[in-house]
Amino acid sequence: MADVDIYQMNALQFDVLREIGNIGAGNATTALSKMLNLKIDMQVPKVDLLEFKELAEVIGGAENLVVGILLTLEGSIEGMMMFVLDKSSAHEIVNLLMGGAAGAEDFSEMELSALQEIGNIIAGAYLSSLSTLTNMTVTSSVPYMSIDMAGAILSVPAIEFGKVSDKALLIQTEFGDKGTQVNGYFILIPTLESYNIILGSLGL
Amino acid sequence: MGKMVKVGMADLNICLPPDCITTLGLGSCVGVVVYDPVRKISGMVHIMLPDSTKIKNNENMAKFADTGIDELIKYLIKAGASRASLVSKIAGGAQMFAFNSNNDMLRIGDRNVEAVKEKLKRLRIPILAEDTGLNYGRTIEFNPETAELLIKSVGKPSKTL
Repeated sequence: MADVDIYQMNALQFDVLREIGNIGAGNATTALSKMLNLKIDMQVPKVDLLEFKELAEVIGGAENLVVGILLTLEGSIEGMMMFVLDKSSAHEIVNLLMGGAAGAEDFSEMELSALQEIGNIIAGAYLSSLSTLTNMTVTSSVPYMSIDMAGAILSVPAIEFGKVSDKALLIQTEFGDKGTQVNGYFILIPTLESYNIILGSLGL
Repeated sequence: MGKMVKVGMADLNICLPPDCITTLGLGSCVGVVVYDPVRKISGMVHIMLPDSTKIKNNENMAKFADTGIDELIKYLIKAGASRASLVSKIAGGAQMFAFNSNNDMLRIGDRNVEAVKEKLKRLRIPILAEDTGLNYGRTIEFNPETAELLIKSVGKPSKTL
C-alpha cells in the first residue's frame, strides 16, 4: 500500500485526487441536473490542504448560511462526504421539485425531508463513481442535515480530521455559477488512511 | 470603535480595548474567553477537541481544551494580566447533526464543553457565563471594555452574556 504523506504529496497524486473529484462530482451534478431538469455547470475541482482556520472560507465564509447534508463513509474508504447548498439554492431546488411557491423563509417538514433525500441521491452518485474507480466498496450512513452557518457545519468534519492532523485535505467541487439558480459544493473528506487506500488502489 | 480581532478554528489571540475579539461560526467547537476584568485584557481560544493527551498529533496547542487554555493564559500574563483576577465566559459545543449512530462524534460538542469546564475548574478560573450545547451554530464577540459576550445565531435573537 502506498504511504502518502498529505503534507508532501506530489503533483501526480494531487492530479489523481482532482480527477476523482471531477468524476464523482460530474456524476453527482448530472444526477441533480436530471432530477431538476435544469442545466447545471460544474467548476474544476480543487484539492486543498487547508489550515482549520481557512476551512470555512472554501464555502463562502464562516457565517454564510447554508444547508449541509453530511454522510459518513464506511467500508474500505472512511471519512465524510458533504453536500452543501446556499439556503436560497435549497429553496430553489425544493420549489422546482415540489412546485411550491418561492418566498417562504423556513422549510416545511416535507421540504426538509425532500432535501435530505436529494442529498442522499446526489452523494450516492458521487460515491458510486468513487467506488467504481477504486474498485472498493464505499458505503455511507443515512444523510444527516443541518441548516446553519458554514463554519459551524464544517466544524464537524474538521474535528474528525483534527484528531489526526493539523490541516485538512479535502476534495471540493463547486457547481452552479454566480447568477445561476442552484449553487453549492460537494466536499469529500477521506480519513488519512483512506487517502492511502484510494491512491494505493490506483497504483500510486 | 476599535478593530475586530478574529480568531479562527484551532486558533487563539488576545485583545485590548478599544478592540473586540470574535470567532465566527462556532459549531461543536468551544469558544473560551478568559479575561482580566480589572486591566481589561482579554483573550479567546477556539478549541476543537477535548484532550491533547489522547492524540498523537498535538502540536497546535490551540486545538485542545487542556493545552489551549494554558497557552491562552500565558499570552494574557505576558500582556500584563493578573493570574489571580482571571475569569471566563464560554460558548459553543453544539451538536450540529442529529447522528443516530452510537458514535464518538455524537457527543463531541458536549465532551468539548465538559473538558473546558474541567480545565477551568482545575485552574480556579470562574466561569461567569455560558451558552453551550443545543444544536445550532454561534458567532461570538467579546468586548473587553464592557466584558460583554455577544452571541449571534441563525434565526434567533442575539443575546449578551
